[in-house]
Amino acid sequence: MPSVARSVPVTPPQQAGETPAISLRGVRKEFPGGIVAVHDLDLDIAEGEFVTLLGPSGSGKTTVLRLIAGFEQPTAGTVLLRSRDVTAAPPFDRDVHTVFQDYALFPHLSVLRNVEYPLRIAKVPRAERRERALAALATVRLEALGDRSPAALSGGQRQRVALARALVNRPAVLLLDEPLGALDLKLREQMQIELKEIQRTSGITFVFVTHDQDEALTLADRTIVFSEGRVEQAGSAQEVYERPASAFVAGFVGTSNVLAGADARAVLGRDGSWSIRPEKITVTAADHTAPAGWTTAVGVVEELVYTGATTRCVVALEAGGVLSALLLNGGGNDLPTLARGQDVRLSWRPEHEIHLM
Amino acid sequence: MILSTPARWLLRAAAIGVLTFVYVPLLLVLVNSFSSSATFTWPPPSLTLQWWQVAATNEGLRAAVVTSVEVALLATLIAVVIGTLASMALTRYTFFGQEAVSLLVLLPIALPGIVTGIALNTLFTQALGGLTFFTLVAGHATFCIVIVVNNASARLRRMSGTVEEASTDLGATPWTTWWLVTFPALRGALVAGALLAFALSFDEIIVTTFTAGPGLQTLPLWIFQNLFRPNQSPVVNVAAAVLVVISVLPVYLANRLSGDSAGAATK
Repeated sequence: MPSVARSVPVTPPQQAGETPAISLRGVRKEFPGGIVAVHDLDLDIAEGEFVTLLGPSGSGKTTVLRLIAGFEQPTAGTVLLRSRDVTAAPPFDRDVHTVFQDYALFPHLSVLRNVEYPLRIAKVPRAERRERALAALATVRLEALGDRSPAALSGGQRQRVALARALVNRPAVLLLDEPLGALDLKLREQMQIELKEIQRTSGITFVFVTHDQDEALTLADRTIVFSEGRVEQAGSAQEVYERPASAFVAGFVGTSNVLAGADARAVLGRDGSWSIRPEKITVTAADHTAPAGWTTAVGVVEELVYTGATTRCVVALEAGGVLSALLLNGGGNDLPTLARGQDVRLSWRPEHEIHLM
Repeated sequence: MILSTPARWLLRAAAIGVLTFVYVPLLLVLVNSFSSSATFTWPPPSLTLQWWQVAATNEGLRAAVVTSVEVALLATLIAVVIGTLASMALTRYTFFGQEAVSLLVLLPIALPGIVTGIALNTLFTQALGGLTFFTLVAGHATFCIVIVVNNASARLRRMSGTVEEASTDLGATPWTTWWLVTFPALRGALVAGALLAFALSFDEIIVTTFTAGPGLQTLPLWIFQNLFRPNQSPVVNVAAAVLVVISVLPVYLANRLSGDSAGAATK
């Protein structure tokens, strides 16, 4: 159902029919030396949508962002912003602002003057400029630091200033290039919540590039998974996670738990590659019987990885292949009895076996 | 690095020796410009302002100082404009032959002055109709540009290119970006480069000899020609003292400026 054949337009499920905020039509980008960063990409992003571009480094996601911003020109194809053809338009002639990975704050301007900058360029009168910049700083809770120099801010604060600066003139589209990459985990999670909130209240279209699958799934209305310059899959967090369209997506989003070839035939009785998410698998003692209708296999515990809330149990199956099961460290599990080398039975519902193309 | 006590003393003595060797003669020139004796005698019999008065009324000396200042200012101005453009091209764009141009821009500082001098002299006299004030300015600009390019390029390389990208992204044209973002970051480096270029031009003598129009005398040329004339040495001391001050002051300022702004840029 969710599989997106390559080169078929990727349209957002909702609001189809309205003018998309961004349309890429047959966009291709080659760099000198014959490197193709983006292969013939068709992509529509709806007005007010929060989209994440997810992929490993070198997958072309940042190039797509730079093509939308205007820092790169496509080798072929067209870029439309609110149905205006901007393929040849320079960055300053596009209603798109970017939050850069290294924040790119102007070092010689104060925080407030940084945020005022786009308004100054747009020739907004001084008093209004100040008022709007202060309001933008207030939305990122930095109104008290307006007089500081960017050099005197922490990483998280700089990130917020960059966000306020990119939002203050209300662009049609906000591009974010791995903006949380340099922050520690706690701050990241906090910023994710704030970003989501800002996007919801402002209604601005957000395109967010990341290589972090949790971040992509947490933030986005729709996640577009890239690999080697092509779209592997586009869909909601649930679609991408529960119904990965390819082995790549299954492996990149979530933990790879794939049975293929002889292992699939022996365990599942079917040909092809199949993915089973670790948290769908139940672990019991080997002499337990699985619920009726469930797929089941016995094996030996190879590894137990305790990570606080959960324990990952890696099992080598008797029939062939290795599967990980994710166990919640709640009161209900008989975990203390689990040990390496122990015989166990894994079982799961057949609908959790996902066929990979 | 931890050194043994004798090594520390040895290094200290060497440092003092070198500094003495360099700066005591300069001090002698300065003291001698106040000496009442007309020849180099030590210690000076008594101190007087007489030579400074003579120097102030010496037409040749005055004209030489004015020429030197004019040439240095003009050469510096040309160097700042061309040098800034060149360093922007070399650091912010990629183009065919970039490496070669980068080397060619820096080469004049490495070339022996006498070679540059003879080459320019041939060009000006054979092809461009002779030497004038402006051929002298052009000659000085060749090595002044190098100083500006070096200073500006170092700053531009250190400065993240995404800052300029951010500016265009926020709606500024390349020209506005230059005025509001690139130039403010570059200003300190340009002033430092200009001061160094000025100092370099001010005391240059080899290229000057080959490119100065007839009758033109810069301060170093004037000193060179008057040094061995009888009874001129006290006035030469005054001129040398002036030269030292005019050369050292910009270098000191350039050092302060580039140090300060480099600190601010890397913070």
